[in-house]
Amino acid sequence: MRKSNLYWSITDGWTMSQRSLKHIFREPESLLMAIGLPVAIMVMFVYIFGGAIQTGTDYVNYVVPGVIITCAGFGSSLIAISVTQDMVGGLFERLRSMPLLPSSLMIGHVTGGFIRNVIATTVIFLVALLIGFQPNAGFLDWLGVIGLLSLFMLSLNWLFVAIGLIMKSVETANAATFPMLFLPYISSAFVPTETMPVWLQAFADNQPMTPLIETLRGLLIGTPIDNNGWLTIFWFGSLLIISFIISGAIFKRRKKE
Amino acid sequence: MKDSIISVHYLKKAYGEHIVLDGLNFEVERGSIFALLGENGAGKTTTVRILSTLIQADSGTATIAGYDTHHESDFVKQNISLTGQYASVDELLTGEENLMMMGRLNHLDRKLVKKRTAELLEQFELTKAAKKQVKTYSGGMRRRIDIAISLLASPQVIFLDEPTTGLDPRSRRKMWSMIQQLAKNGVTIFLTTQYLEEADQLADKIAVIDNGRIVEEGTAEELKNMIGDENLELTFADFRAFQHAIKLIHGLVNEKEQRITIRTGSIESLRRLLNTLYEHEIEPSSVNFQKPTLDDVFMDITSRNTKELSANA
Repeated sequence: MRKSNLYWSITDGWTMSQRSLKHIFREPESLLMAIGLPVAIMVMFVYIFGGAIQTGTDYVNYVVPGVIITCAGFGSSLIAISVTQDMVGGLFERLRSMPLLPSSLMIGHVTGGFIRNVIATTVIFLVALLIGFQPNAGFLDWLGVIGLLSLFMLSLNWLFVAIGLIMKSVETANAATFPMLFLPYISSAFVPTETMPVWLQAFADNQPMTPLIETLRGLLIGTPIDNNGWLTIFWFGSLLIISFIISGAIFKRRKKE
Repeated sequence: MKDSIISVHYLKKAYGEHIVLDGLNFEVERGSIFALLGENGAGKTTTVRILSTLIQADSGTATIAGYDTHHESDFVKQNISLTGQYASVDELLTGEENLMMMGRLNHLDRKLVKKRTAELLEQFELTKAAKKQVKTYSGGMRRRIDIAISLLASPQVIFLDEPTTGLDPRSRRKMWSMIQQLAKNGVTIFLTTQYLEEADQLADKIAVIDNGRIVEEGTAEELKNMIGDENLELTFADFRAFQHAIKLIHGLVNEKEQRITIRTGSIESLRRLLNTLYEHEIEPSSVNFQKPTLDDVFMDITSRNTKELSANA
C-alpha cells in the first residue's frame, strides 16, 4: 500500500509537530521565558512607565499589541535554537538516511512554534484583561487580529528556521534571538514614535513592526489604521514567502554537504 | 561466489584540495560484521555518509542490496539504517517516545510501532528506563536507544559509526555483545572504529583505511599475523652494545631510547635471536614482550604503503 508524498509529508510533519509540542512542556523554562518575560514587561510598562507616557488612551490599551508581538517574536526566535540543535546533533542526519521527506523536520518546528505562540499570546491577552485592557473590537476585527498575528508568527517562524539552518552552533543561534527582543522597542509598540529623536523615528516608522502594531491597535481599540493594514500584509507576506524559499534552499544545500 | 550486500568501487571524494577518499574498493558479505578500522580523519565517516546516501561521491560507485546509493537512494534508504557518531536521540523525550516517533517516521503502522518499541526496549535492556527522559540516560544507554531506533524498520544493513567511542569499558563490552547478537539475527553490520580490539572482537572482516585508501583487508587473525602476535622490545643500557646489536638483528630501531623492537615469529626464531646476542656477548638491559597495538598495525601497514607508493613512482 503506497501512499502519496502529500499524505506522508502531512503525517510526518504532524509527527514532528507532536515532538515540538512535547518539548514545550518538557522545557518549562523556555515557555516561562516566552510568556513570563513579556508579561513582566507589560506589567512594568503599565504600572511603572505607563503613567508618564502620553498616548491619548489608557496606556494598557496602548501597549497590549506591542507586548503580544514582543512575546511572539521572542517565542519564534527560540525555534532557531532548536533547529540548530537538530542540525548539529545527529537527528537531521538520521532523518535524511530514512525514507521520508526530511523537510517534515522544518514543518514540525514551524507548527510546534506556532502552537507555543498561540499559548503565550492567549496568556498575555488574559493577563492584559486582568489589569484593565478593554478592547472594543467586533467579530471581524478579532478575525483580523487573529489573521495578522498568524501571518506574523508564521513568517517569523520560517525566518527563524532559516536562521537555525544557517547557524553552526547553538550559541550563535542563541545570539540570533536577541534582535527580536529589542526590535519592538524601536517601534510604536511602547511609546509613540513622535517622541523619539528624528533619525530613530525614521527607522521606527518604517520598520515592519510599526504598521503591524498600528493595525492591531486599530482593530483592538479603534485607533486609525490608514494604510498600515496593507503595509503589514505586504511586509510579513513577503517575509513569509522569502523565508520559506530561503529555508528550502539552505536545507537542500545542507543536504549536499 | 560470495554474496555481497555492499559493493564499493573506486569511490573518490574530495573537499576542495583535500582528498578524503582516494579510490576506495571493498565488498561486504551479507550477514557479516564488517569493520572499517582507521584513525581520525582517515575517511571512515565520509565512507559511512556516502553509503548511507547522505552525501554523494565525486566518482566511483557504491551499491547496497543491488541499489546504487546515489541514483537509487530511495531504495537504499529502505534497506539501511544509520547510527551516527553522536547519539541522534531526542533528549527531552522518553526512550519510549523516541522509538514511537522514529517508528512513525519510518512509516510503520501504529500497531507495529508499538510492538517493535516494546520488543526493542526489552532487547536493549531499556524497559525500566522506557518512561524516563533520555537526558537522564547514561552514555551507554543513549547508544543503546540509538541503536534500538535504527532497528525499528528491520533494516538489512546497519551502519554504526564508532559505536563505542567515549564509552566506559563495561558499557563497551555490553555494546559488543549486543552487536554480536544483532549479527546472529542475520543483519549485516558495517561499523567503523579506531580500536583494533573492537574490530578484533566483533568483525568477520576488517578493512584498514588510511588516507582514504584501503591499505589492508582481512580477518583479525590475518591482520595480526602480518605483524606478529607480539613484539619483543630489547633495550640496551650500553651504547656500544646497542650499536653492535643493530648490525646483528633486524627490527625497528629507536636511537634515542637505545631500543630495538622485533616481531616475534616462531619460538625457534626467537631462540636463535637470543642465541646470536649471547654469542656476541651482548646483554640487553631489559627484555619486554608487547602486544601489537593499533599503532603498530598502522605503523607497519602505512609505512609499507608509503614504500610501495614510492616504489611505483
